Amino acid sequence: MKDMQNVQHLTEEERRLVGYNADEFVDENFSGHSYVKEIILTLFANKATAISLICLLVIVLFAIFAPMLSPYTYKEINSKTTNMPMRIPVLEDLGIFDGTRKGVDMYAKKGIEDQYHYFGTDNLGRDIWTRVWVGTRISLLIAVLAVVLDVVIGVTYGMVAGFFGGKIDMIMQRLIEILTGIPNLIIMMLLLLAMEPGIPTICLALAITGWVNMSRIVRAQVLKLKSNEYVLASRTLGASPKRILLKHLLPNTMGQIIITFMFSVPHAIFFEAFLAFIGLGVPIPMASLGTLINDGYRSAMLYPYQVLCPAAVLSVLMLSFNLLGDGLRDAIDPQMRSM
Amino acid sequence: MQANDQREVLLKVENLKQYFPISRSYTVKAVDDISFTIHRGEIYGLVGESGSGKSTTGRSIIRLYDPTDGKITFCGQDISGKMPRDTVRMLRTKMHMIFQDPMASLNPREKVMDIIAEGIDIHQMYSSQEERREMVYAILKKVGLSKEHANRYPHQLSGGQRQRVGIARALIMKPDLIIADEAISALDVSIQAQVVNLLKSIQVETGCAILFIAHDLSMVRYISDTIGVLHLGHLVESGTTADVFEHAVHPYTRSLLSAIPRPNPLLEKDRPIMTYDYKTSGLDYSQGTYHDITDTHKVLGTDADVQRWLKELA
Repeated sequence: MKDMQNVQHLTEEERRLVGYNADEFVDENFSGHSYVKEIILTLFANKATAISLICLLVIVLFAIFAPMLSPYTYKEINSKTTNMPMRIPVLEDLGIFDGTRKGVDMYAKKGIEDQYHYFGTDNLGRDIWTRVWVGTRISLLIAVLAVVLDVVIGVTYGMVAGFFGGKIDMIMQRLIEILTGIPNLIIMMLLLLAMEPGIPTICLALAITGWVNMSRIVRAQVLKLKSNEYVLASRTLGASPKRILLKHLLPNTMGQIIITFMFSVPHAIFFEAFLAFIGLGVPIPMASLGTLINDGYRSAMLYPYQVLCPAAVLSVLMLSFNLLGDGLRDAIDPQMRSM
Repeated sequence: MQANDQREVLLKVENLKQYFPISRSYTVKAVDDISFTIHRGEIYGLVGESGSGKSTTGRSIIRLYDPTDGKITFCGQDISGKMPRDTVRMLRTKMHMIFQDPMASLNPREKVMDIIAEGIDIHQMYSSQEERREMVYAILKKVGLSKEHANRYPHQLSGGQRQRVGIARALIMKPDLIIADEAISALDVSIQAQVVNLLKSIQVETGCAILFIAHDLSMVRYISDTIGVLHLGHLVESGTTADVFEHAVHPYTRSLLSAIPRPNPLLEKDRPIMTYDYKTSGLDYSQGTYHDITDTHKVLGTDADVQRWLKELA
């Protein structure tokens, strides 16, 4: 006890750390990596994620530019050139995709040797290459729009329910349960029957129940975060609920939101394809990956490339999104980041 | 180190009760009828074992909880019930808190600059970005960090540095009262000393009062002017540091003091250890009243109890 008291008699000068000047001091123990930079580094360290990111980029670029550069349009019907086989330059010299069927060069037979239909044509003579990329464009557009709607509704709903809690939360959760109690497909089909079929309607049909998942994840995060000490600190400083939600809770939920977003997009793409497959897709002559698969599947036994081409793009697209989502989760995961 | 009663009373807590209803039939009485006052510029140490209601007291005072009963007066204004807008603003600018876990108390997605400036952002206490930056730099210097730290994220700082950021956040508003809720418990011993010295020098420099909540008795003895001992939600003894450490009356306080290890190995070997168990002690805190031993020294107990303890000590 005597020792403790001696310390109290030290003067201010004696207590100061020797050789320490706060202004010039630069602490080099911790590198100044920003948060975003660290995420990107971890993301590319994962090979599967890097590959899926590249695949995704390629698909998006093709979806944007391929229809523009193609000499055909997605709706141009040509009764002369129906069900043409695949013909791709360079590869045709190797003896594959050279436009022959059972040894007969279909292109020479029709007298169009100067034309190339990379993915062949369908039963109305439309170029499948162009239609696949237009379809990818539409599918991506629908999926991203629907998921953005999910995010907007789901994040708002989840944050309000999680933050205010109590009775508000109780009522909001019961509403969700009622909504999820009705089978998804019935809501969608009724909506699509009641409204003009088209991109906005399909987006709405996907979003009308899709946000529930997002809101649940956001609510769980907010419930977890709102009793954190930094939120308490903010409250003791007099912060309004709006400030706490936007400044503290939203940025810390962002990782989860991005991950859920990444997993929702392929889900929405698939659901759109599914709707198209049961005949509730975008109206003809518009194409989406789902309607293309639906069309191609009818003649799958005779002309398998008509279904395989859009199906391959759909598969790669979904796989890429899922792998990217996986990689992002590893990179963003807040549990690993607190040191 | 004598508490000076002539100084203005800053915080007056009277019969504060904080209950948490768990179910219809069961209520946790975290804080049960405690009263104390903190004078301007005083360091008040609140000690007790875990679960004794130390943190709850701090959080009730700063109104993170709504007190069940009792009256809290801060800077002459009642802050225990529903407060008018002016009082809320006064409370939020004049009273601040430093939290236990320096990592959990800093938003991992914000830079140190924005964390520290949060208070002045909320209350619009600057006129330009330039002024805001200067205020943050000044406060960083005061807590012993450099300007360069302002652009860091919390995970790029060490434990002691993080706690300094927490202190800076509380200090930037020039508060009259800082509640340090186990502010040093999560730090290692060498850093504890740094942070405690920092708190002490800040207290001397700015003249703010500190409610220092801790369970480390030697730290509390070192830093506090006045000490309150909490047990099971009751304030069993309070007084100046000398009153409590040299003339402890309550058996709980005496058992706590007997548990402090001595630095001298010869004394340590023969250190008498007092045991105290509320259940077998035959005491009932709710029956007790405050007895003045001296002007500054108060003990909770019934008349008979206090007489008996004083006789034991004599």
